[in-house]
Amino acid sequence: MSAIAKQSKAAGKKRSKSQETWRRFKKNTRAVVGLGIVAVLVLCAVLAPILAPYGPNEQNPRNRLQGPSAEHWFGTDELGRDILSRIIYGARISMSVGLIAICISLIGGVALGAIAGYYGGTADNIIMRCMDVLLSIPTILLNISIVAALGSGLQNVMIAIGVSSIPGYCRIVRASILSLRDQDFVEASRAAGASDFFLITRHILPNCMAPLIVQATLRIGAAILSCASMSFLGLGIVPPTAEWGSMLSTGRDFLRDAPHVCIFPGLAIMAAVFSMNLVGDGLRDALDPKLKD
Amino acid sequence: MSSEKLLEIKNLTVHFESFDATVHAVENLNLSLRHGETLGLVGETGAGKTTTVKSVMRILPEPPAKIVSGEILFDGQDLLKLPIKEMRKIRGKQISMIFQDPMTSLNPVMTVAEQIAEVIRLHEKCSKKEAHKKACDMLELVGIRPERGSDYPHQFSGGMKQRVVIAMALACNPRFLIADEPTTALDVTIQAQVLELMKKLKAQYQTAMVMITHDLGIVAEICDYVAIMYAGEIVEYGTREHIFNHTGHPYTKGLFACIPDIFTEQNELVPINGLTPDPTDLPVGCRFHPRCPYATEQCAKEHPANFEIEPGHYVACHLARSGGNDNV
Amino acid sequence: MSETLLEVKHLKKYFNTKAGLLHAVDDVSFSIAKGETLGLVGESGCGKSTIGRAILRLHEPTSGEVLLDGTDVTKLNKQELRELRRKMQIVFQDPYSSLDGRKSVFESIGEPLIIQKICKTKEEYEKRVHTLMETVGLAERLVNAYPHELDGGRRQRVGIARALALNPSFLVLDEPVSALDVSIQAQVLNLMQKLQKDMGLTYLFISHNLSVVKHISDRIAVMYLGRMVELSDCKALFANPMHPYTKALLSAVPIPRLDVRKERILLEGDVPSPVNPAPGCRFAGRCASCMEICRKEQPELREVEPGHFAACHLIEQ
Repeated sequence: MSAIAKQSKAAGKKRSKSQETWRRFKKNTRAVVGLGIVAVLVLCAVLAPILAPYGPNEQNPRNRLQGPSAEHWFGTDELGRDILSRIIYGARISMSVGLIAICISLIGGVALGAIAGYYGGTADNIIMRCMDVLLSIPTILLNISIVAALGSGLQNVMIAIGVSSIPGYCRIVRASILSLRDQDFVEASRAAGASDFFLITRHILPNCMAPLIVQATLRIGAAILSCASMSFLGLGIVPPTAEWGSMLSTGRDFLRDAPHVCIFPGLAIMAAVFSMNLVGDGLRDALDPKLKD
Repeated sequence: MSSEKLLEIKNLTVHFESFDATVHAVENLNLSLRHGETLGLVGETGAGKTTTVKSVMRILPEPPAKIVSGEILFDGQDLLKLPIKEMRKIRGKQISMIFQDPMTSLNPVMTVAEQIAEVIRLHEKCSKKEAHKKACDMLELVGIRPERGSDYPHQFSGGMKQRVVIAMALACNPRFLIADEPTTALDVTIQAQVLELMKKLKAQYQTAMVMITHDLGIVAEICDYVAIMYAGEIVEYGTREHIFNHTGHPYTKGLFACIPDIFTEQNELVPINGLTPDPTDLPVGCRFHPRCPYATEQCAKEHPANFEIEPGHYVACHLARSGGNDNV
Repeated sequence: MSETLLEVKHLKKYFNTKAGLLHAVDDVSFSIAKGETLGLVGESGCGKSTIGRAILRLHEPTSGEVLLDGTDVTKLNKQELRELRRKMQIVFQDPYSSLDGRKSVFESIGEPLIIQKICKTKEEYEKRVHTLMETVGLAERLVNAYPHELDGGRRQRVGIARALALNPSFLVLDEPVSALDVSIQAQVLNLMQKLQKDMGLTYLFISHNLSVVKHISDRIAVMYLGRMVELSDCKALFANPMHPYTKALLSAVPIPRLDVRKERILLEGDVPSPVNPAPGCRFAGRCASCMEICRKEQPELREVEPGHFAACHLIEQ
């Protein structure tokens, strides 16, 4: 009830939901740090030509596999290319692969999961059995088959990665909806004449955000790595295009002599996943009124 | 009935501490109970009833709960000072507890006879077979056919499950039984069955009992003594007759006034105004004064002490002390 | 008797379960006059909540008619039903699960207005929500509060305000005070009586608590295992219960008084399963005065005295 007392400060005024969320998000230091890192990475991607000291594909055979130095902060790779510049340029592809693939799987998974969970019965059966089929095929094989069907290229790799992780989201959403569907507040809204679409978007989905956000932010790293393995198989990014995942996999051969070739792209991926995770957790908490203040 | 005290709680204070606030769950509580007696502990949600009995059993989650001070004497022995190993010997054997929700207080993957036998084997040296035999006897005692002992909890209805829970609580023939709202989750006709059963068993075994309830009807039916709790304190204590016929505290009066009476016609109920106070921020003076229709200036300043308005009938109210309470 | 607002005719609701057909509500008929409160009592699983939900078509009735102001609710299409929902609303038992934890008090109360597109301007909408809050006695400062910050009584007030938002004429109150402490329970009961008087509402009050039902109802219907066993004026029911189940139910209520001692009729056993019930009277298995006919033939609800209906073979003799 002390919370009510605090409420009285804002007597009678109605704040908008987004303002409220942002106000709570700001209070969470870790989330703000995460957002800062994401902002830096996005900035790198956008301003790559300005920020990068060298071109991403500028080779310098005399400077192969050099360790970090004043000229090359992150050292150089097996072709003498500046790793820092490649990471900055790589942010463009890696970040977009991560985000777009996640968006595809989120949209697909949420829509299918919502339909399966809310309507149940035959729709549920058909959708979930399809998901089971998708789950039973090894991810890499599934990715390859989708890319094989659609043709190689970055766009299709993103679609493949997105589609292959749909079942995870679908299951999460379906499970949450099953437990929320018969709650009294949903019934109350239905009694007021709400449509199914209204119920799902206004009541049910906001209440299953928490596990979704966690799943989505954790999967970003996996998406970047999947993209790398697709590139490794020659189905994704064509060398010499800079991309974190493929830098990591080509660097593997020199791990013993020049570990920095792997370490820096690895750190970049880690930073991306870590920061997204912080932002995701912060967002989840900020959206939950129970954790307010 | 021996006049010796079986349980005596002295100055018990229990707080729940979270990082930004302290909940004063029970404050300076005194209570005693003799052999074979039944005490009704009455109060609304958050009054501290369950916290009190859980501290007797020492099953409060510590932290966040913290027994700040007090003694709980059971048979002259301070339970709060006992090592946990000794305490385990007492739980279930000397003192046992019946919980509110029979649905969740039984393990769904064990048959009911196994669960009762388990309690018996914890405290008595006997073979599995003997324990099982005794478990079946207990079931019979509470009116369940012994052959149903090999059934699982989900095969029983709510009332039957509560009977099983009672059988389990009585399995080791405890001297003291704590019943935490044992019939709240049950239907009226089933509640009547369970209450009759408890009355019968109580008379048969002379078990002392503390019955937590919010239903004054149940108190009228089964309890010898009544303690009314409000915001962590006992505001009125006396025999059943004292409480029902010479109600002393304004809160108790309020409780009676807001129950619809099945026998008389009344147009409007007289609710107690306001809400139970925030336990992290209790009012100064008498804790009930912000809701009390008779509150005076003194009530807002001074915490009322217990006052014996007639032998054995204690009321914590300034008005009772000045004697003016009966007229208001 | 004044004009009938709601009439339920031969309402049935069966659920398909793995064990068989669950007869939740089996051929129940009653009517409620304008401005009246009908109390519906019974123990858990007797189908009283299902009736409330079937009337609102939150559960589709298996068969039967529900006439509200002469319109058969069960035959309406989606659009018509949506319109009709303005006239009837529901208040739920559990003030915790009946509010969306992610919606503030303002949003919860205002939601029906948005769904039904009642308000033309934002100002009108805000004003309406504030008026509703005032009607149910919620302080204005709580407008941005979230359900977890409120106690049960206040949450229930939010639930009531939400139900009143569309200005309904009929409310189903599904155990609205069962989850509340007695002192708060009295506050909410008084509020509901006041609202009924001020707004001319008609209530179907569902509860298992006989003293509460007696307090608020004009007439009372007693349910047992999907069937209505007795329906009568409130006073007559308590003065002269006819059905053996009603008698047992009344005698089982613990009375908070020492001067009233009464003979208690203890019922044997438990409520049987409503799945594929045996023919005959549903109460036969627990009835002390069960006769042969009771196990064979289902007794019909009959008017024994003017306005006092009971379904029992004993009375018909």
